[in-house]
Amino acid sequence: MMLKLSIEKMGELFQRLAEGRKLYLPLDRGGQVDFGPWTPEAKVRLDRLKTIKSAKDFFFPQTENIVSFKRQGKDISIIENRDAEEPFVVFGVRGCDARSLDVLDRVFLCDPVDSFYKARRENGVVVSMACSEPEETCFCSIFGIDAADPQGDVVTYIIGDFLYWDERTDKGRALTETVKSLFSDASGDSSLVERSRGEIRDIVSRLPLCSLSLEGFDGSALKEKFGSPLWSELSQACVGCGTCTYVCPTCQCYDIQDFDTGHGIRRFRCWDSCMYSDFTLMAHGNPRKSQVERFRQRFMHKLIYFPANNDGMYSCVGCGRCVAKCPISMNITKVIKALGVEVNV
Amino acid sequence: MPINEEGAAFKPLIVAFCCNWCSYAGADLAGSSRLNYPVNVKVIRVPCSCRVNPLFILRAFQRGADGVIMCGCHPGDCHYTSGNYFARRRMALLFSMLDYLGIERGRTRVEWVSAAEGAKFANTMNQFAETISALGECRRLEDIRCVESEI
Amino acid sequence: MRRVRDMMRSRAGELLKDGAVTRVLGWKSGEFYYDPTPSFFDTEESLDELVYNGFSAAMLSKYLIEATKKEGRVLVFLKPCDTYSFNHLLKEHKVDREKTYVIGVGCGGMLDIEKLRALGVKGIESMEELGENLVIHTLYGDKKFARGDVLLEKCATCKGLEHKASDELAVPDELWEWETSDRFARVSELEGMTSGERFAFWRGELSRCIRCNACRNACPVCSCNKCVFDNPRSGVIAKANADTFEENMFHIIRAFHVAGRCTDCGECSRVCPQNIPLHLLNRKFIKDINAFYGEYQSGESVDGKSPLTEFRTGDVEPGIVHERGGA
Repeated sequence: MMLKLSIEKMGELFQRLAEGRKLYLPLDRGGQVDFGPWTPEAKVRLDRLKTIKSAKDFFFPQTENIVSFKRQGKDISIIENRDAEEPFVVFGVRGCDARSLDVLDRVFLCDPVDSFYKARRENGVVVSMACSEPEETCFCSIFGIDAADPQGDVVTYIIGDFLYWDERTDKGRALTETVKSLFSDASGDSSLVERSRGEIRDIVSRLPLCSLSLEGFDGSALKEKFGSPLWSELSQACVGCGTCTYVCPTCQCYDIQDFDTGHGIRRFRCWDSCMYSDFTLMAHGNPRKSQVERFRQRFMHKLIYFPANNDGMYSCVGCGRCVAKCPISMNITKVIKALGVEVNV
Repeated sequence: MPINEEGAAFKPLIVAFCCNWCSYAGADLAGSSRLNYPVNVKVIRVPCSCRVNPLFILRAFQRGADGVIMCGCHPGDCHYTSGNYFARRRMALLFSMLDYLGIERGRTRVEWVSAAEGAKFANTMNQFAETISALGECRRLEDIRCVESEI
Repeated sequence: MRRVRDMMRSRAGELLKDGAVTRVLGWKSGEFYYDPTPSFFDTEESLDELVYNGFSAAMLSKYLIEATKKEGRVLVFLKPCDTYSFNHLLKEHKVDREKTYVIGVGCGGMLDIEKLRALGVKGIESMEELGENLVIHTLYGDKKFARGDVLLEKCATCKGLEHKASDELAVPDELWEWETSDRFARVSELEGMTSGERFAFWRGELSRCIRCNACRNACPVCSCNKCVFDNPRSGVIAKANADTFEENMFHIIRAFHVAGRCTDCGECSRVCPQNIPLHLLNRKFIKDINAFYGEYQSGESVDGKSPLTEFRTGDVEPGIVHERGGA
């Protein structure tokens, strides 16, 4: 059922959503917009399309102390540092980020199930939001994502002076129950919402990157793409930083690092980046010694390996954060163009 | 150590990097002359003051130090001719940077102590410990992972 | 800027043709006007994709470290500020001067796409640089900006338009010049704050750090073969971004390691995905060095020593930090 709320009452909605659980939403921090915990003083920025980091952080945090060890005499005790399982809501997740959770589910919920991720996924409610003004760096449509009708437990739209609220799943319905009294019925406005969707889709169709073709990017092309002579040219300017990986909503590689605190050991799981020289570093050394190989890994993983193992699902959602943030402006769209079929050129 | 026990007087943890040739010997002389200086000054012997890498200073704070002092031979007396001259420039810049980042400036200090200056060593440490006691625990450069009560 | 680009293309073509250089290091056009990528060109035909505009900010000097290890001579285009970093790399013997051919290109100040986005520019279709104006055509209407309002921080406080190294110049007669501001103004402002205010300021800025290492990797003078933060045996565990100490340590050490070597090129701040004003750390060191040991501009010349590799017997004592005024 579609509900609506006057924009002026958003503060009350956030207050209510934050009762008894954490509420994360895009906040202004020194001019930069990123998801953060809501407080009455927080500067909420729902107008900014792309947060610096994605909503991935709340399900698969950048750094997580998974376990600690302490030695006393000859005994070693193992201390579980698992966070308490607490309910939370992520508000204002765009269509691309909402889809990225499907990609992460494939990785962390297949056997053996990652219990840390699973707990967060079960406790988290995703309130997504349709994009009102897509940007030139967006290309979600090529992955079949509809920016005008994102997935999520609840889908919201800001149209005119109203926030429209559309519950989609059981989790979403349960959340709606807790805030329902603030809303009024909006079933009569469905044509308005439909018109707004049409406008968004029209803009998306005119975005330059949305005409990219993914033809030829699948498991069968593995050898051909892997052996392409173009990788060295594409990667030549790469400075080997981790910006693209850390702002990416679907990158899921992690490293396990032990930190000696002086009176114990803390074991952290932390995001890794295939762009780093110590990525997959093993006792014998690094299997990908040059930046070309590491660069290739990133794009082969997203466009070839992942779909080959996951029924054709690409591990890119076209959010365009890497397009906007790469220090030298090399990104996945340039790779798709260079290695893809002629139509892209 | 940085955790203040209920009711107990605050005892600052001080790390003193001392060059092997002058200041460490100065500390030795202070000891053999039976001069008092606080027991919570932990002396770390380095071959020369210029061996002190900025990371050492930061690591000391990370592991719970409330103040860090570096002692070396007097300028002109370096066992390796010029090590302390380089160290002097580095520490001036580093300490200025820590100040700029909002770390209380009294927490860092450089003092030149020769092997014959046992009394100066003891005095310096007593004074420095007083300054740090007044400043209290160093919270701005601590590493919460290293606080013992955490794990 | 288009005039400069045409001069670059024609000279690069000639030099490639008569074999004076084997490769050309420049910027290649991208999907949008604002996203050129550093690139090598080795044929005359490929030079059609060589671009130079207000967004060719990415510095090319650092690529020469690897490029000059290869056979042949590289033609490189350097903006005035890039020549400082080039000189510094020569000073440290990281780049072989014999294998380079430097064309100094005129600069009209580089523009900041992040500033434009913060001003509400989205859905960019195309851009035009018209003298001192920038016109942007977007899906949501046209926008016009004065260049001076949307310059990169490093350009708003430009060190000057003179090339400190070059074999020839590609500088047209009339090029837009702009008013620059004092690069130490913000540092002085911070110095005037209380210790607690400074701490709060830096926490606010550094807490946004995502530890992507872009500032380090883009830095032309950060050129260690193996960085301490990449060494799993250093005990630093850089990836576990779990603590405020870790952030402080990384940024202090990064800035300290380039102290006296930093040319103030501003790449660290430009590439930061979180827009952290990292140049304020570097400029603090530069300001202190100038005050303590005399004026020094890294990269101004290839000769001489940098401030942290030399000393004077009468240097100031570190106690100056405690003695000078302020809170």
